[in-house]
Amino acid sequence: MSKELITLVLVVLFAGFMIVFYFLNRRREGRFLRDIPAYYRLRGAIEVAVEDGTRIHVAIGRSDITSPQGAAALVGLSMLKRIALIASDSDHPPTATAGDGTLGILAQDTLRSTYQTLNILPDYNQSLGRVAGLTPFSYAAGTMSVIFDENVSVNLLAGSFGYEGALITSAGERSQTLTLAGTDNIPGQAILYATAHEPLVGEELYAGGAYIDAGPMHVSSLHAQDVIRWLLVIFILGGAVAGLLRGFL
Amino acid sequence: MFSRLNFKAPVATIVALLFGWIILLSYVFPLGGLESLRNDILSWVVIATAAALLIGVINLFSVHVGKIRNRQGSVFYSLILVLAMILTFIFTLIQGPEGEIPRWLFTYIQIPVESSLMAVMAVTLTYASARLLTRRMNVFSVLFGIGLLLALFSINPVFGVQITFTRVLASAGARGILLGVGLGTIATGLRVLIGSDRPYGG
Repeated sequence: MSKELITLVLVVLFAGFMIVFYFLNRRREGRFLRDIPAYYRLRGAIEVAVEDGTRIHVAIGRSDITSPQGAAALVGLSMLKRIALIASDSDHPPTATAGDGTLGILAQDTLRSTYQTLNILPDYNQSLGRVAGLTPFSYAAGTMSVIFDENVSVNLLAGSFGYEGALITSAGERSQTLTLAGTDNIPGQAILYATAHEPLVGEELYAGGAYIDAGPMHVSSLHAQDVIRWLLVIFILGGAVAGLLRGFL
Repeated sequence: MFSRLNFKAPVATIVALLFGWIILLSYVFPLGGLESLRNDILSWVVIATAAALLIGVINLFSVHVGKIRNRQGSVFYSLILVLAMILTFIFTLIQGPEGEIPRWLFTYIQIPVESSLMAVMAVTLTYASARLLTRRMNVFSVLFGIGLLLALFSINPVFGVQITFTRVLASAGARGILLGVGLGTIATGLRVLIGSDRPYGG
């Protein structure tokens, strides 16, 4: 089977499951999601930040939007949109930092469209979505100053982060603010697991939208992901057993 | 009347969906026409990305100028950043990126500063790993600690014994995580392609 055909089958299967779960979820009440403590803590922290008049900081990393790593940043943008919808009308609205020019523009666009939806566009400030630095460590240094200087109470790192993630989470630790962090980068995940208050491991990052009510399609895509994962597990185990049997026969 | 309508949102959505589907279909059905269209689109993207980089630099500059003007936060650091940006820009404009002064700035300022941050990160990581068990005591943290120790011991032989199985376990774990990341990437991509996620203000 050619690579293109496998891609096509996977995409069609995935899209099919997403649509099926979308209609199934509309009929039944409740979301049927497994517990990810980080997101429950995030929901509570957003409410507290709005009440306290403190700021929520969303870091969407420094991936190139045209690369596969861009998906992690897109998740960060979805979560930024949802958080901005809840908290933009407060004294200290959410702020976003990016380590790439394109992501900086997308963060600003996301925040601006949210302000427009809330009918508070005159309150929108261009500097709420900003580029903090363009190399890994300059991005970390720029983000650290946001955490220290701008009355931040919650840091959400949702995007592609490598080693520099340790400096950002350490800034959260030193300023005694809650830090939730997820990345698509393997060494970055190990680092964030050790340094963040609430780490998001593997696909947990991509589940964020479903847990903070970013839209019904987020929930259905999460269910589709679970089904495809089980299919892949069966496929891998079947392949291993077939390989073993071929060795014996 | 027309000034109240937001024309940007539907146009941005149509452009994003159209180009997204063309790129996906050109990978699945590599036909001549579609492939050349994909190459054209990707070359436009490269130009747009370069423009976005410039906008990013201007954004960085304007944010820090705003901080200096409003005396907000660490004004001293913002001042250094703005001055460094102006000087680097002027020297690079005069001499080009391969000029003597721009290269000196890169070699003797940019690289040492980033290396220092790398060193700080090493200390931070050691401290965070030591604190992990006091901050979040659960089975996974203990496993993380054991895995870390085994990985450290596997670098060099301990009492003449080289631990090699960590490589197998680590790569198995990494593949499992990558599988989840891959599925998450497909789900995110599909949500953008069907217009459910519109990260472009649409």
